[in-house]
Amino acid sequence: MGVSTPVKPTKLSAKDFKGKVDPDWCVGCGDFGVLRSVQLACVGLGLSPHELLVVSGIGCSSNFPGYFNAYGMHTLHGRSLAVATGAKMANHELTVIVTGGDGDGYGIGGNHLVHTSRRNVDLTYVVMNNQIYGLTTGQVSPTSREGMTTKSTPFGSVEPPINPITSAIMNGATFVARGFSGDQKHLTMLITKAIEHTGFSLIDVFSPCVTFNHDNDFPFFKERVKRLEDEDHDPGDWKSACEKAMLWGDTIYTGLFFQVKDSAALHEREPVAKEEPVVRRPLAVTEEQATRIIGRMM
Amino acid sequence: MSAAEFDFVLSIGGAAGQGIATPGNVLARMFVRRGLHFNAYNAYQSIIRGGHIFLTMRVAGHPIRNHGDALDLLICLNQDTMNRHLRLMGPNTRVLFNADTINPGPAAEGAQLCALPVGQLTDGDRNKLIQNTIALGAVASLLRLEFDVLDEVLTLQFKRKGQDAVDQNVKFARAGYEYAAEQFQPFDNPPPTGSKPLAVWSGNDALAMGGAAAGVKFYCAYPMSPSTGVLHWMAQNARELGIMVRQVEDEIGVANMVIGAAHAGCRAMCATSGGGFALMTEAIGSAAMMEIPAVFINVQRAGPSTGVPTKTEQGDLWQALGASQGDFERFIVAPIDALDAFRTIPELFNLCDKHQCPGIVLSDLLISEGTFSVDAADIDMFPTIDRGQLITEPRADDGYQRYVDTASGVSPRATPGLEGYVHVVATDEHDEDGILISDEFTNPAKRRQMVEKRARKMRDVLSEIASPALEGPEDAEVTFVAFGSTHGVIHEACEQLRQQGISANHLHVKWILPFHAEIVSEILLSAKRTIFVENNYSGQFYRYVRSETGISADGHIRKYDGEPFMPHHIVDGVSKLIAGEVTRYVPAHEITV
Repeated sequence: MGVSTPVKPTKLSAKDFKGKVDPDWCVGCGDFGVLRSVQLACVGLGLSPHELLVVSGIGCSSNFPGYFNAYGMHTLHGRSLAVATGAKMANHELTVIVTGGDGDGYGIGGNHLVHTSRRNVDLTYVVMNNQIYGLTTGQVSPTSREGMTTKSTPFGSVEPPINPITSAIMNGATFVARGFSGDQKHLTMLITKAIEHTGFSLIDVFSPCVTFNHDNDFPFFKERVKRLEDEDHDPGDWKSACEKAMLWGDTIYTGLFFQVKDSAALHEREPVAKEEPVVRRPLAVTEEQATRIIGRMM
Repeated sequence: MSAAEFDFVLSIGGAAGQGIATPGNVLARMFVRRGLHFNAYNAYQSIIRGGHIFLTMRVAGHPIRNHGDALDLLICLNQDTMNRHLRLMGPNTRVLFNADTINPGPAAEGAQLCALPVGQLTDGDRNKLIQNTIALGAVASLLRLEFDVLDEVLTLQFKRKGQDAVDQNVKFARAGYEYAAEQFQPFDNPPPTGSKPLAVWSGNDALAMGGAAAGVKFYCAYPMSPSTGVLHWMAQNARELGIMVRQVEDEIGVANMVIGAAHAGCRAMCATSGGGFALMTEAIGSAAMMEIPAVFINVQRAGPSTGVPTKTEQGDLWQALGASQGDFERFIVAPIDALDAFRTIPELFNLCDKHQCPGIVLSDLLISEGTFSVDAADIDMFPTIDRGQLITEPRADDGYQRYVDTASGVSPRATPGLEGYVHVVATDEHDEDGILISDEFTNPAKRRQMVEKRARKMRDVLSEIASPALEGPEDAEVTFVAFGSTHGVIHEACEQLRQQGISANHLHVKWILPFHAEIVSEILLSAKRTIFVENNYSGQFYRYVRSETGISADGHIRKYDGEPFMPHHIVDGVSKLIAGEVTRYVPAHEITV
């Protein structure tokens, strides 16, 4: 692999992270705010598009990489974390951001989320949580509230939802936050911190679906969200983080719930990745290695 | 008997946990260090303790790639083995057993029962594995080998456990050796010495080493018999070779991580069996759509579903052909033995890199868990590595299009991190620039263009892979047609038939996709009597060849009892087919494992 010699121009702007096409999201979709926040975070961090890999699954929000100027992978439904883990472990010098929705990440991709969390893979996972399946025109999702009426639950859902924040904390994620698309400044701050965090970070973002979820719309969140940063919350306290993450009433907290700062990420624990990313290693084995390998067979 | 004619088969039977692997390794090493050819097949069960394990080892002065037809020596580690297998032992055979714990029962005339008084020879040592070492000594004696030969290999085998373990094993082996020398009639012909020491490996070792030689830097797996040996080799060698080896949550994760690593620029590979392969299939199609090269190995076992996890079958051919939705470009290749598996992996990586698509390898338990001797000089750890159109130099941005439509259909590929080539790859249909055309608007012309661009990559691919060729006399009475692991056993069946006055030749197909349909058709049309031999019930390979050539077979030999073919199964089938008794012969497996 050639080593790139970036000539950094004057500071980039959000425009530089704009993709080749405009989003096809519905007018008023929460995902616009998330896209903008990720772009602003990258600008603030001084990242260049070619240093970034944005990986998504399938769903409305997973169209994200096409709207973002960076290396992108629009993978299979639910598999973004697995693909991103492979890319990161091959080349840990890439900044890898994973984007997708609640169905993609907490439903079909749930198993990967559990294990990516415990492995502490250095990825920034932004989940645009609209509590509904939008691209399939409105079915219940793993984060839909119990009783919610959708096309697949016409008489109301009888299942309680998953709590992404407490689940991620229990599974070993080292940076767990919740944002709101309607509070871009705060969300940009969270995404910036998450990218800076070495290890797995999950940012669950309330990103309302204006077409299919009329229960959890912008006014619903605007009335309820309170920033943890405005209160006396210690992100090192997992019990308090879980208690606050479980509140779902007049107050719903956003902000950084939990962070472990000194836990090594997977590529830092793996001796094979110590010297340089494996993608830069010479492909051919050496004479010495070949002799040793064959010697053991004699 | 000339040295080359030497051919000897021994089996060790016992329960899981009785330590059959160690004497197996010791004997394998003893023979290959002597320069003898070796093949072993272990019939075992999905059980950690108990059950019945039957390890058959064949050693010969000539190259062999199957475990033979009949036993010369049976080593019983428990009564169950004696009860099951004594009936297989005919004239001039030997049966070794621990006289303290096993009753032999009536042996056939000429079969020599060799009772070892293990307690007496070991002064009542309570180590239950000690009988294995005593037996090894007796085997060396029955084969008229000098004790030094065994001493050397035992030292090698046990040195990691310390000098005490070495001394203990050598002492008891010697006791067995000396007792056998006094009490038993040895075999007539001692193993000769070959021209030079050989090496020994399993098919899984070979697949992993093929990956290492090809420059695999990312290997990912979920443990699944009979593919796990590849993971073990990779894990053992990862640090020395700088290979990122990961065991992850499931095969869906495996396949997708491999694709992520491959997109990042690594040569990436994974291995599994049919069930895990089923979970990988959606990802394989996505590699084709995103045009990312990667290698997926399916080590077949007896299915369907969980099936018989420790038994062999060639039952996943149509699974491989049908893996993932849609029309897409990929390679499917079925190596014929361990050495071929080793050589296939670098070749396949070059093809996948060149054509930017996934490659599927169909191995099976027989190859992957079989033990083969190999001449170390045949193991080329430095094959050609051709990464195709991979861009490695950064540049100023100049409108790179990842999927630019070219005459060859191949679009130069850049990997993330490289300046000047920022792009998005997508599992949705996309245009030349990677922009989705699936959701935004319908565009039949663009869709057609992109389908044809990808398909064009494979237009001339047949010229890049070896075409199947007829082995044996051209005008033979019988033409066997087969694929994959049956090559070795069919080769030997041809030889046995020739000795019986029936001339037979053999067409073996290695590349399933792309398929040399014209060449195969020509050969089949000029054959006098075609017999398809395969290790499955429904004739998956036959049905595939027929679908590609339109040619029907004259007869079939099929086996689907979980055990591999032995040469005589095929020879017997030919007489039944020629006599017109059947059109489809299914041999009975005589060994009750």
